[in-house]
Amino acid sequence: MIDVKNLSKSFGDHQVLSGIDQHISPGEKVVIIGPSGSGKSTFLRCLNLLETPTGGTITFQGQEITGPKVEIDKIRQQMGMVFQHFNLFPNMTIRKNITLAPVRTGLMKQAEADEAAIALLRRVGLEEKADAYPNQLSGGQKQRVAIVRALAMRPKVMLFDEPTSALDPEMVGEVLEVMKDLAREGMTMVVVTHEMGFAREVGSRVLFMDGGVIVEENEPAELFGHPKSERLQSFLAKVL
Amino acid sequence: MALIDWLGDLVPRLHRAFIEGSRWKLYLQGLGTTLEMTVIALIFGVLLGLIVAVVRTAHDQQRPGRRNPLLGFFNALCNLYTTVIRGTPMMVQLLIWSFVIFKTSRNKVLVGIIGLGINSGAYVAEIIRGGLMSVDAGQSEAGRSLGLNYFDTMRFIVIPQAFKNILPSLGNEFITLFKDTSLVQAIGAAELTYYAFTIGGRTFDYMPPLIGIALMYLVVVIIFTWLQSKLERRLRQSDRR
Repeated sequence: MIDVKNLSKSFGDHQVLSGIDQHISPGEKVVIIGPSGSGKSTFLRCLNLLETPTGGTITFQGQEITGPKVEIDKIRQQMGMVFQHFNLFPNMTIRKNITLAPVRTGLMKQAEADEAAIALLRRVGLEEKADAYPNQLSGGQKQRVAIVRALAMRPKVMLFDEPTSALDPEMVGEVLEVMKDLAREGMTMVVVTHEMGFAREVGSRVLFMDGGVIVEENEPAELFGHPKSERLQSFLAKVL
Repeated sequence: MALIDWLGDLVPRLHRAFIEGSRWKLYLQGLGTTLEMTVIALIFGVLLGLIVAVVRTAHDQQRPGRRNPLLGFFNALCNLYTTVIRGTPMMVQLLIWSFVIFKTSRNKVLVGIIGLGINSGAYVAEIIRGGLMSVDAGQSEAGRSLGLNYFDTMRFIVIPQAFKNILPSLGNEFITLFKDTSLVQAIGAAELTYYAFTIGGRTFDYMPPLIGIALMYLVVVIIFTWLQSKLERRLRQSDRR
């Protein structure tokens, strides 16, 4: 589904990613962990070209998206993204937040999108917030809406960039529940997170990144149970 | 004694300047033209400024290695425009419009509006550009990540949010423009200052008409500032919605 070859990214002289190779298959839940500044968010943001890689290639469903003649908007319509700071549009109601993209990109008519929005909101228990504005919601509610907004585009893969890092502790659970539901339904997911419990429970594969490279990757039980590299051992010792 | 003489003299002077021959109508007519010029020039300036601001931010936000040459050309054009307009005096620009470019035109009000609008556009462009940049980058990232194109993202997400930040500066631009219309007098457009000057010449007494219009400008600016602060308070309230 997503094929990353020799991906590198630098900001000026600062090399953030160096030579990453990854293959993400349909239905996989890839969880990326690692210390701050390890390049995990940058890697995720390269996948939908919010960051432009400085080297290497990314192929999505057989199409090289790092190539010159790519309609990036069409690609992004199939890749949902959830941000650390939610990034809901404060000038629109929740309903409008969710329906804007499906309607403008021609995926749905307004009435159809409204219906889809309500159905999605019902799934995350926020049906009655459809006409509220983002500022009236709690952090956890905002993030659930942000997930729903991305889902409204019926994406093939969902990218999560530290979705619970900006939340109050008691709101982390409700967001993780939604993500677990999504995982159970078979959505392909790439998740950057500090939630080791989530990584262990949901991940089909966990990547440990440090210094712009993938230091170690494995099934969660193996990676958390028998870390091989010293770097991962010391990281886990600190966070677990 | 001198003061009393002066005061006693004031009434007939005021009478001559404002009442005689229904001259007050001329001031009102002039004020009407001044306001009309301000509003049209500002609309013109905002449209022009919006185009320039969008071209310049679009150019700056291109992904590296994917520069569009056409956009580069328009960006250079916009840069030239803002540099020339902001780097030359308004008065000189108006004189050039009137005596060089549109030297055969007799509609001096229209020439004035064009001169003011094009001048204002350069300043409004910077105001709007600042406003667009003040919107959190995460907003346009969210829009683009959903697959919306650049212009939809600007139109539905960035520009509406930038508007609130732009409004105070745009109000100030309106006030500046309103006062700058008095310069158009120099190219012979019949606005408020022009009438005051003409009346002063005809009555051989400049003090009453000039002080009079100064007060008129002041009152309009005070009213507008008051309206502006009311509107801003309204918009701030909607933030807490």
